[in-house]
Amino acid sequence: MNPRTWAAIAAGRLAGASSRALRRGGGTAIAGAVAQNIDPALAGTLTRQLGHGCALVTGTNGKTTTARMLAQIAREAGLEPLANPSGSNLMRGVAAALLGETDVLGNIQAAANRIGIFEVDEAVLPQATRELQPRAIIFTNLFRDQLDRYGEADAIVALWQRALRDLPENSTLVLNADDPAIASLGDPAGASLDDPSGASLGDSSARRALTYGIEDTSVATNELEHASDYRFCLSCGEELAYSANFYGHIGHWRCPGCDRARRTPDVRATAVELATGEMPTGEPPAERATAVGIATPEGEMRIELPLAGLYNVENAVAAAAGAVALGLPLDAIERALRSIQPAFGRQERFQIDGREVVILLGKNPTGLNQVLRTITANSGGLHLLFFLNDGIADGRDISWIWDSDYELIAERAQSVVVSGTRVDELALRLKYADLAVEPQVAAGTAAALDAAIAQTPPGETLYIVPTYTAMLEVRELLAKRGKRRPFWEER
Amino acid sequence: MNAPTRRLRIAHLYPRLMNIYGDRGNILCLTRRCRARGIDVEVTELGLVERLDPKAHDLIFIGGAQDREQRRVAEDLRTVKGEALREAVESGVVALAVCGGYQLFGKLYRESSGAELQGLGLFDLWTEHPGPDAERLVGNVVAELEPDNGWRGGTLVGFENHGGRTHLGPQAQPLARVRSGAGNNGRDGTEGARYKNAFGTYLHGSLLPKNPRFADRLIALALAHHGDDRELGTIDDRLEEAAHRAALRLTGRRR
Repeated sequence: MNPRTWAAIAAGRLAGASSRALRRGGGTAIAGAVAQNIDPALAGTLTRQLGHGCALVTGTNGKTTTARMLAQIAREAGLEPLANPSGSNLMRGVAAALLGETDVLGNIQAAANRIGIFEVDEAVLPQATRELQPRAIIFTNLFRDQLDRYGEADAIVALWQRALRDLPENSTLVLNADDPAIASLGDPAGASLDDPSGASLGDSSARRALTYGIEDTSVATNELEHASDYRFCLSCGEELAYSANFYGHIGHWRCPGCDRARRTPDVRATAVELATGEMPTGEPPAERATAVGIATPEGEMRIELPLAGLYNVENAVAAAAGAVALGLPLDAIERALRSIQPAFGRQERFQIDGREVVILLGKNPTGLNQVLRTITANSGGLHLLFFLNDGIADGRDISWIWDSDYELIAERAQSVVVSGTRVDELALRLKYADLAVEPQVAAGTAAALDAAIAQTPPGETLYIVPTYTAMLEVRELLAKRGKRRPFWEER
Repeated sequence: MNAPTRRLRIAHLYPRLMNIYGDRGNILCLTRRCRARGIDVEVTELGLVERLDPKAHDLIFIGGAQDREQRRVAEDLRTVKGEALREAVESGVVALAVCGGYQLFGKLYRESSGAELQGLGLFDLWTEHPGPDAERLVGNVVAELEPDNGWRGGTLVGFENHGGRTHLGPQAQPLARVRSGAGNNGRDGTEGARYKNAFGTYLHGSLLPKNPRFADRLIALALAHHGDDRELGTIDDRLEEAAHRAALRLTGRRR
């Protein structure tokens, strides 16, 4: 090992240890930032030690849950996954995760049996692909999100297309067939937004791709939501036609103007039954499961997925497809998906003063709409706590709340508390939704949580829907009062 | 007694193509504020290829989009709707154009690639995107509306996110002057443009819900266009004004 790498590892370990001692978020990103400053190639150097290489997961929504599922599948297959924690999905977060498993001599413990499963930010994919040389990249979906940070969604597609030029030849793209923007990444001859002819890219038609999607159209809504971003063909510009639409622009699409169309995916959800009953306190997970059949080129399975919502079915087939691409066996997929626990802030449940409290991260219109649809799949009145923050990690621009369908909860809302740095705008948006109850405005995360719990009768469920930074705050409060561990102790 | 039914006819141009930054909120706002005063509202959505009847609408709205969609809309504006739009605006119909729509209401938009899109030329202005590496103008904006014809103006709050820099020509009148944020080009302090009853602005967020007085100004002008000069009664704007005040406190944090 060269001296620079050794110095980076030593400094990073030290920074991580002192930060953990101070209880500052587990030191997850700090250690990586310190180490990467000394040796920018550190993450790549360490990843090359992993006996089973690594896979990346990226996209607007579903990254964290999909990566968590894939890591669990790897574990069930007898490997030891090495993953970055949710929220640390820049290169320094990946570096920190690797450092955490590296000894003072610079060796990753039991490296021969390990596989890296890294969730990476959309904008970081080019760097991550170049440095980590993944065996597979799983793309979830692409929606408007944090436009203040990324510019336009098209800019992300162009960025990804360029990133794929650095992908090793024998690596596999794992693509969502139901998302026309994601599916376009597998188009032959490397057609791109900048250059639809593909002439400038040379021959990239040899890219290996594996697709996934939802085949069962009985769970389609067939009402194209307002927040759909790719309604128009990326090749010819015609408006896409949908024979089934699941949410946003996700569905069975076809372009009437050219020959682009969704192709039957390799890994697919064949029969989906969404949980519709109550989610009563204390019920075992199976009672709230989503039943789903999954067909793969290696065989079929039928599982009870212990997570609610169609978006989690999509996450499950994404993870299953990723596993197939990595050559992990079917029985490992089956066991992992049956026992999957929610990821950080995504349908996590807490028991507080006799109420069940569920956190559902909602940070962009499509994600929020899916969360609201999942909540309203249960019968009965709803107790809700919404947070709207405009920190850098949330996105400074909050105009997305006007693209979100809060109207879905209008009639069912029994108590609503709102809070966050932009609470005034959120209260105004909810006025437009004509809720059955007037929202209570609360200043401060703790006060808002207290107010919402007080308004939720014992035995009932409080749904907390925060943006990213608010999720971190409210989750920390809940972890203190409930029984969950801080996230940096989770594996 | 028996005052004639009041009504406002809105045309929403390219609602599916030009909708990137919460632009739906502007239509919801106009509709809601009218209905609260017993004014009937009719919203007509016009997509590509569909023709605009210059006499059929009191207020025309167009939002923003990505460059790719903007190219298609520019062509449709030029070949299908342009003449009718010009006729409508010349006759005093109210128009509100946000972000990309605002740029296309100018004379010219030069993309970062150097390619040029002909605009409608309703506003004497042109816009250039300085290139893919240029910093976008992103952040919260507070601007002072120019007073007009007995109307006091006041503040306008919203969020801007644009790569293009807009330069006003000698015939153009700015809509507002920025107190914080970049506005048209980050240099001359102007924000937006106005010609007759057509208003262009970079502010979204959505613009109108938290700028209720500006929304009412548009409604009043649109009603007056078909001879309805009656007062708009006051309505409960506590949450609207609270959101406006909260946005006033945000400085134009740019990154």
